[in-house]
Amino acid sequence: MRTDPIVNIRESLIFERSTPGKTAYSLPPLDVPAADPRSALEPALLRDEIDDFPEVSEFDIVRHFTRLSTWNYHIDIGMYPLGSCTMKYNPKLNEKLWRIPGISACHPLQDDSLAQGNLQIQFELQQILREITGMAGVSLQPAAGAHGELTGILMARAYHNSRNQRRKFVLIPDSAHGTNPASAAIAGYQVRSIPSNADGRVDFDKFREALHDDVACLMLTNPNTLGIFERRIREIADLLHEKDALLYMDGANFNALMGYTRPGEMGVDVMHLNLHKTFSTPHGGGGPGAGPVAVSRRLEPFLPVPLAAKKQDGTYCLDFNRPQSIGRVRAFMGNFGMHARALGYILSCGGAGLKEISETAVLNANYLRHRLQGLLDLPYRQDSFHEVVFSDKLQTKKGVKTLDLAKRLMDFGFHPPTIYFPLIVPGALMIEPTESEGLQELDAFVEAMQSILREAEENPEIVVTAPHTTKLRRLDETRAARQTVLRWRRAPEQDKTPREAARAGD
Amino acid sequence: MFRYLSLTEQEKQRMLQAMGRGSTDELFAAIPENIRLKRNLDIPGPLSETEVLRFFKELAARNFHADDNAYFLGAGAYHHFVPVVIDALISRAEFFTAYTPYQPEVAQGTLQSIFEFQTLICQLTGLDVANASLYDGSTALAEALLMAERTRGRRHFVLSSLVHPQYRAVVSTYTRNMEWKIDLLARTSQGLTHLDAAASLMTDSTAALVVQYPNFLGGIEDLSRAAALARRHGAMLVVAVAEPIALGLLQSPGALGADICVGEAQALGIPLSYGGPYAGFFSTRDDLKRHMPGRIVGQTVDADGQRGFVLTLATREQHIRREKATSNICTNEGLCALMSSIFMCTLGKDGMKELAKQNFSKAHYAADQLERRGNKIVYGRRFFNEFVVTAGAPVARINARLAAEGIVGGYDLSRDYPEMANQMLVCVTEQNTRQEIDRFVQILSAAETAA
Amino acid sequence: METTSPANLYYTKDHEWLRLDGDTGTVGITDHAQHQLGDVVFVELPEVGDTFKAGESFGSLESVKAVSEVYCPASGEVVQVNEKLKESPEWVNSEPYGSGWMIRIRLYAPEERQHLLSAADYAILVQQEER
Repeated sequence: MRTDPIVNIRESLIFERSTPGKTAYSLPPLDVPAADPRSALEPALLRDEIDDFPEVSEFDIVRHFTRLSTWNYHIDIGMYPLGSCTMKYNPKLNEKLWRIPGISACHPLQDDSLAQGNLQIQFELQQILREITGMAGVSLQPAAGAHGELTGILMARAYHNSRNQRRKFVLIPDSAHGTNPASAAIAGYQVRSIPSNADGRVDFDKFREALHDDVACLMLTNPNTLGIFERRIREIADLLHEKDALLYMDGANFNALMGYTRPGEMGVDVMHLNLHKTFSTPHGGGGPGAGPVAVSRRLEPFLPVPLAAKKQDGTYCLDFNRPQSIGRVRAFMGNFGMHARALGYILSCGGAGLKEISETAVLNANYLRHRLQGLLDLPYRQDSFHEVVFSDKLQTKKGVKTLDLAKRLMDFGFHPPTIYFPLIVPGALMIEPTESEGLQELDAFVEAMQSILREAEENPEIVVTAPHTTKLRRLDETRAARQTVLRWRRAPEQDKTPREAARAGD
Repeated sequence: MFRYLSLTEQEKQRMLQAMGRGSTDELFAAIPENIRLKRNLDIPGPLSETEVLRFFKELAARNFHADDNAYFLGAGAYHHFVPVVIDALISRAEFFTAYTPYQPEVAQGTLQSIFEFQTLICQLTGLDVANASLYDGSTALAEALLMAERTRGRRHFVLSSLVHPQYRAVVSTYTRNMEWKIDLLARTSQGLTHLDAAASLMTDSTAALVVQYPNFLGGIEDLSRAAALARRHGAMLVVAVAEPIALGLLQSPGALGADICVGEAQALGIPLSYGGPYAGFFSTRDDLKRHMPGRIVGQTVDADGQRGFVLTLATREQHIRREKATSNICTNEGLCALMSSIFMCTLGKDGMKELAKQNFSKAHYAADQLERRGNKIVYGRRFFNEFVVTAGAPVARINARLAAEGIVGGYDLSRDYPEMANQMLVCVTEQNTRQEIDRFVQILSAAETAA
Repeated sequence: METTSPANLYYTKDHEWLRLDGDTGTVGITDHAQHQLGDVVFVELPEVGDTFKAGESFGSLESVKAVSEVYCPASGEVVQVNEKLKESPEWVNSEPYGSGWMIRIRLYAPEERQHLLSAADYAILVQQEER
């Protein structure tokens, strides 16, 4: 079942399409007297034109970007089982509601009285995320998951500071995402890595050994990056709290838990959610996302400002009066467009729907695990939640590696899973189907994997040279890093056109 | 089962059977009893499409918005022309439902468009290299300071008080736990950064001098002088740009000596969006590229020698270097960067210039009209599309009057600068018609007489 | 993997080599190390005049998806760095014992070489690692 290549029309860079004199914009005629910038500003402050900016027609632009778009794999065309990224369906309704002008065309600094609708969206989303997580307070300000992590760690720091404690260390399991240690480092902490045990969970004894009075918090992903639930999380929280240390939960994998359990009951002090994972906002080719943080009562005073609040008279406002707040982590109120979409999604699902989402996501992952087990090495055999991690151990004997399997999946019409992560599994393939996929899609994925694994035995060459049907074959990443070309530049021998030469002579 | 799910009960049973499981509850057995949620989530819904849209339309009706109302409010977010091709193109699922281009063979569309974005930002800011975007202007500025500290190994910063107050607030949150010294520069009577004071504050342990261009009050800073000051002490000049449309008219920060230019791409084709999502841009000199935060796309070839693009210089990033990474940032603001790319291509060389001139002309027209009616333009005419005007009454009161006429007035500067009572930061863009401007001037100056 | 380790050099457990010439030592990484690292794309080197203790990191090597610190085999002051690696990092892969050298140091205590491995001992270490 090989798919044919998607449209592969060649397309140059927009700069190479540029032809002097072409234009794509339209502005109304100036209805006030033209003011001369030279009257207000010295000539050295003025620029003539932006060198090498493209000159193209509107249709050139439409063609250009439409052609580029055809070279992308995306969820609407097929399964995108990128582990820990929760590539679920992005409902069209979310896009529709966001484009209501009264929602998206508001200025962030307009008076609260002129933005009651948007403030209500923020307030209600804060309330709903509190209910889903069982936490005491929520800030929507962080723009992404890693931004939420940083916000969370800064709050942990502020908490200890408020108790006149200068703690030095953040504990992070070795299976964690790289943003965890990087966020802790930016907040000024040293990182202590905690090994995983044979079950793939945080090694409880090693954790106890590492826990002393200098520890500010532990950052735990739950379910962890192996898709395994950290079942001793409550005990871990209690031990941390005995030392007045805090528990941070990375909520990247929250799609596994909705309606089943809540971080509030686990003893979590601070966590982030990824609206672009669990709550269906589109990934946009790498952002925008949104990474709200939720906190326990003890951290609530430290939430960033402002928060959306409801006044006694039933109107909404931005609350800046939070003296212990860590301050702002972003200008304005965060990625509001994602907040509106997430609220639309949650209301579309309802409480019962959210639980069914987690149920289905976990069922789908376990079904894939069941069907692929035996064909691929499964390094950790504990129950999987929303994702399952295999390795290429069985295939490397034939010289076929995870990267090859990933590239070959493209030829079968699937996006590859997350590969080589978590780092504790050599040659990892991390598969997260999400609840959006139906049984037919799951079976088709299994069949594709079966075919590829058969090829790996019988005809490894076709696998190690894959992909064969994409616009480009494997790209030379070494060359990209050695001979860095990070932007287009006009070729030096290319002379200016007569028109440009004339302009330059002005 | 509801519309976003694709398994029937029968299918679930078949799957469970195949797996030898009795129920889906068994799959959650690892969750200990004492932390299970034993009730239903208390969340309204499920709502139908019609109900969801009705709900949001009702909310929308309670907002002022730039499609219906005249705005004279800028201060870091600008109401500009957004060509319709932008939404048409970014609404292609190929762009908005894809993720970070981890697998370049099936993400060339995203990768090439980011490469073009990087190039456009370099051209706009006059610098050598740019990244794939950051969260927004404020966080881009914080990242720029972290980079200056990293490359210079110095922890003293001299920051203009005319950098956007919210950008400064973010910098302060990010750096509070570091042993940094940040000196704030006052403003001159011309509404510009007090560079003479900078000269006396800067030493050979200063990492960077930081200014905004145009500054928060609309004034256009002398970047050449700032650059010379920075160079004298081996410090960097970091320039923040909140209103990049100005760069259609003003000399680029790179040409005037900036080492790092960061800014907010919102004005370049991204709707006001009540504050986000926007995109931060970040450009710098070639010799500093390995210290840049964020994702970067580079050009290369495939196995057949065809030109293609990949994420590169990844060893700077968190997934490889973990706690030693240049930043904790993981994603960029891909779709917003794409919006601003399409915007810059649509406007092109001529359009950027024309758009900037219209902004300049309209804002200066508004200033002239206000002055003619007796309102003082506090810092003269060295501005692009924003300026400070003295009102005869508290700004909040005037804005309420304007709102009654369907107009969103300017920014109340006393919110951030307590000594600036009755002073309004007015923004006029190409979106404001002469009629709107005249009406605004009339109401504002009537407030003057009434007071 | 068949890799070579010249007999006249001293080696560290972290896979650096040291060539002694009076009180000056030349430092690079071994053939085995460059194989493990893959294509080197960037070399970060110290400056002349910097001083390092034995076992201290003096720079790093970047491949496409990994960064490795490089450790000084013996204490000393850097007297020369291989500037050409900035343009040609691939030499670390192609000629790890030749043009891929990284720094020259003036040794403070040449007797520190006693703590280093001989070529034969290093070969055993590599064998163990590969097992």
